Amino acid sequence: MTQDFRTSAGGRIDRSSPVDFTFDGKAYRGFAGDTLASALLANGIHLVGRSYKYHRPRGIITAGSEEPNALVGIAREKGQNTPNLRAPQVEIYQGLNAESQNRYPSLSFDVGAVNDLLSPLFVAGFYYKTFMWPRSFWQKVYEPFIRSAAGLGKAPTDPDKDRYANHYAHCDVLVIGSGPAGLAAATAAAQSGARVILCDEQSELGGSLLHDRTSAVDGKPAVDWAADAIRALSENDKVTLLPRTTGFGYYAQNFVALAERVTDHLANPDPRLPRERLWQVRAKEVVIATGAIERPLVFPENDRPGVMMAEAGRIYLNRYGAMAGKRVVIATACDTAYRTAVDLKAAGVDVAVIADLRPDPAGVHVDAARSAGIRIEGACVVTGTKGRLRVKSARLGRIRPDGSVTAMGEEACDSLLMSGGWTPNVSLYSQSRGKVAWDEDAGAYLPGASVQHERSAGSCHGVFGLQAVLEDGYAAGENAARAVTSAAKRPKVPAVTGGEEGAGGTLGALPHDRDPARVRAFIDFQNDVTAKDVKLAVREGFHSIEHIKRYTTTGMATDQGRLSNMNALSVASKTLEKPIPQVGLTTFRQPYTPVTFGTFATTARGEAFDPVRRTPMHDWAVEKGAEFEDVSLWKRAWYFPKPGESMHDAVARECATVRESVGIFDATTLGKIEVVGPDAAEFLNRVYTNPFLKLGVGRLRYGIMLNEAGFIMDDGVVGRIAEERFHVTTTTGGAPRVLAHLEDYLQTEWPDLNVWLTSTTEQWAVIAVQGPKARDVIAPLVEGIDLSTESMPHMSVREGKICGVPTRLFRMSFTGEAGYEINVPASRGREVWDAVWNNVEAVGGAPYGTETMHVLRAEKGYIIVGQETDGTVVPDDVGMDWAVGKKKADFIGMRSLARPDIVVAGRKQLVGVLTNDPKVILEEGAQVTAEASPALKTPALGYVTSSYYSSALGRSMALAMIADGRGRMGDTLYVSTAEGAVAVEIVSPVFYDAEGGKQVA
Amino acid sequence: MPEKSVYSANAHLSPIVVTSNVRVEEAAPLVRLSLRGGEAAASHAGASIGAPLPLEPLTSTMADKAAAFWLGPDEWQIAIQEGDATAVFERVETAMADTPHSLVDVSERNRALIISGPKAAWLLNSQIFLDFDEAVFPVGMVTRTLFGKADIMLWRQSEDIFVLEAWRSFMPYVIELLQEASRELEAA
Repeated sequence: MTQDFRTSAGGRIDRSSPVDFTFDGKAYRGFAGDTLASALLANGIHLVGRSYKYHRPRGIITAGSEEPNALVGIAREKGQNTPNLRAPQVEIYQGLNAESQNRYPSLSFDVGAVNDLLSPLFVAGFYYKTFMWPRSFWQKVYEPFIRSAAGLGKAPTDPDKDRYANHYAHCDVLVIGSGPAGLAAATAAAQSGARVILCDEQSELGGSLLHDRTSAVDGKPAVDWAADAIRALSENDKVTLLPRTTGFGYYAQNFVALAERVTDHLANPDPRLPRERLWQVRAKEVVIATGAIERPLVFPENDRPGVMMAEAGRIYLNRYGAMAGKRVVIATACDTAYRTAVDLKAAGVDVAVIADLRPDPAGVHVDAARSAGIRIEGACVVTGTKGRLRVKSARLGRIRPDGSVTAMGEEACDSLLMSGGWTPNVSLYSQSRGKVAWDEDAGAYLPGASVQHERSAGSCHGVFGLQAVLEDGYAAGENAARAVTSAAKRPKVPAVTGGEEGAGGTLGALPHDRDPARVRAFIDFQNDVTAKDVKLAVREGFHSIEHIKRYTTTGMATDQGRLSNMNALSVASKTLEKPIPQVGLTTFRQPYTPVTFGTFATTARGEAFDPVRRTPMHDWAVEKGAEFEDVSLWKRAWYFPKPGESMHDAVARECATVRESVGIFDATTLGKIEVVGPDAAEFLNRVYTNPFLKLGVGRLRYGIMLNEAGFIMDDGVVGRIAEERFHVTTTTGGAPRVLAHLEDYLQTEWPDLNVWLTSTTEQWAVIAVQGPKARDVIAPLVEGIDLSTESMPHMSVREGKICGVPTRLFRMSFTGEAGYEINVPASRGREVWDAVWNNVEAVGGAPYGTETMHVLRAEKGYIIVGQETDGTVVPDDVGMDWAVGKKKADFIGMRSLARPDIVVAGRKQLVGVLTNDPKVILEEGAQVTAEASPALKTPALGYVTSSYYSSALGRSMALAMIADGRGRMGDTLYVSTAEGAVAVEIVSPVFYDAEGGKQVA
Repeated sequence: MPEKSVYSANAHLSPIVVTSNVRVEEAAPLVRLSLRGGEAAASHAGASIGAPLPLEPLTSTMADKAAAFWLGPDEWQIAIQEGDATAVFERVETAMADTPHSLVDVSERNRALIISGPKAAWLLNSQIFLDFDEAVFPVGMVTRTLFGKADIMLWRQSEDIFVLEAWRSFMPYVIELLQEASRELEAA
């Protein structure tokens, strides 16, 4: 198809660069600089979509992001579809492939259009009314139906292959919108030396100046003045210019989020470029210069393709060289549509008539149209349109003084351009939590007082006419700069010729002479809400606009009602017979226009979603085929299966190896805190339940830490390295919490103590060597430490060297076997590990993972904080009253241990559980009951906390927290399983080496 | 600022990012000491390393082979270009012998990156929310902050050179995100 509707010259397109693209599989040609909407219009295409509810054919209505109809899906490759892109915002590139939405099988023949014939059924609140009864239908019939009908466009099916960037920025003045007001504000602020960011959602900065063919600024054509202003800004290195960047979210403390579309307009984007960039801007001052949005007229059949906003017709003509039609009817209540008529006429378009609602249109714009020889009809209203997939004619009517309408006949046309006046775009002001105020003179809601450091400039706060808008913009920029720098300069405001303000405007449904029961005048095009729907909602008792919105869905489209709200409000206000301010206005929320999930996620996805922490020995475990588990942000080796081994096999083998020979284990992830200072022992004595004052240098002690409520929060082994220096270990997951807890106490409760904390978690790599052969394995590598039990007994620490590397060598055990934990500087961890492993392997030892560690400690009845404990467990509950210093004056949580609910009988206590059938391995978390089949609502006695197969016992075993558990030794209780309750015997939680002889050997 | 910094690129490793306007390199190993205590301890420590410890919040001091960073009202990090951590530790510890303090060797806890070039601040702003305008974040300023979800220490060594330290297990995350953000700098 040729570009029949392209002007012969003019516009900002590059006619020497043709661009081929497809729409619904059909090839078209446009020019570089075209949007999808302008290129389609140049090809004579108005029909671009089907409406959401009735599947009515719809055409391009606007030239901006508020477009309700021309929503398309674009996929660069299969599975990567981006739905609901607004065609006026889509820049065409060679090979662009766009698809219309909400139609089947094709745009011109859509079976869903049967909904339109059934429209009397689909009234406001249809869903609420229809899908109520019978109740049993909800899950099987109604919900699937609604889900399949819901949503517009096709979601992508594959993970997003694009990359998204993030950028934090700060500025003195952020200007949102680069039309005349925004350009002026940015210029004034920049001249004052302020750091300025100027963003605009369009591909080119300049806003309305880009399609203003008649005004002059400073003696230059408006568009040239804009180009000069933009050039001056771009040469200022304190100014950042961001086209294709939507200011979509105004948040607290002048934090504004911008979405920059970096590559969507490119045919072959460099893969090194991100698709979009999220700008997180902290602005000292913000200037909102988002302009005004032209309102549709609400007349019957106003949704026919070919019906378009008057200013959009002017934009497509002047900026893109695309004509909305060849014979155009203009329907208006406002002077600005006359500019469109004059420009169209000058381009050779046949302007059939300007139908003006007002009885006596007058003024400079009207005069210009009149002198161009355009027919003007006052008191004239459009009462309908004809045409199937595109408007063919407009019905006109004369408004009589009494308000009634008589038919004036039909006017043939292939496009109908309308203007109901202008609605200031207060979305971002509303997002900033400002309250809009109704302005009777302007007939509009305008920004009220500023809640944050922002100001609106230009038509977004009701200032119209190019001269006034520029003055307003300069003043806003100057004031914003003045608020942040003392050096603000008073800018010189250029003089404007032309660009006069246009008077007029209307709100709500227009009068007509048609059968009101049979015609529909649309208010919200995207959601198919008509004037009748709004009236019905009011009749059914919805009187607040917030309720009307949710009942009818008016204003819930991708433009949040920027196009439709005021007309809906007016219809509701008239039906309610209440003034508009009493009906209210819905709140505008972030985001201003839809934002991709990728832009919100930026780089936080996949491997980079969270830091993944790995130990110096991680690669070794990978080479050995370890399976890993996540413990907080750490990857920990879980078990080391040999070829053909199941997890069960591997863990059983690892357990047996540690018990019989020796195992090597990576304990690097344990939290470590160095506690140093003259009062270090006193401090530890206060934070642990155990006594620490008399712990000798070179000795270790296991300690329990409680919170203020007396509940166990963490545990670990503490070593006294020197008189005033302790090496404290915490659980892997608890490290940051414990450090913050201790620091909190030091700073707020005991600032008098001379003791300080330093995290050393990552200073050390920790190699645990456990098992009867542990000493033999490390002895050849250790220098300067006597490893004999006499010299270095269980629970002691020595400093020396291993493999020539300085070490803090702990003799301790979390397995019940004799063992060591070798601390070496992190960067030396791998080489020491390799040397130790050599010796371990030589004696038939094995590496073991966290699962084996868990089994071995459970055999010993050692608790794991967070597994046996859940934040409501005190030391006595887990049989660790021995760890509570009875003679201590105080420690954190001590007083709570005497609370009545803590000393009362019946608390859950840690016990061992053996199933009668030794092969049954209980589920962790399973309920423990007194009877096999207790009556409904019988409370459980407790629950299983740990459950494993024990190779040492040759059978299953479990730990459980059971009410009065220590009084139930030998009792038979029952534990629920998927196959029914099983009988268990309650036993001591220490299953292995109860005397503890092995670990001290 | 002395020309020579205590931080120098680790010559054994290839650079992490190289573009025409920004480089990211891993710093050579250093001795790092965490000092906590009062101003008296700081004064003795400063004398022993030849660089007075900064008392102004968020500032740093630099000597030929040492630098000291203010990290809190009672906390400094000292970086020294020397091979033997134990020897340095003993020297500084001895200098403060009679003053309550905590000196801890954290040489191995952190890794450091040197980010340099006209786009260095831009690159860091991909994950750091601070304002790097020189009036706000002048040369010599040091702070603990977040890089994405990782805690870091950041020091502006000169207008276009930053040093970023993070605990070693967080460094792969930091490096991955710096590389990711720098990719577009190589685009046409």
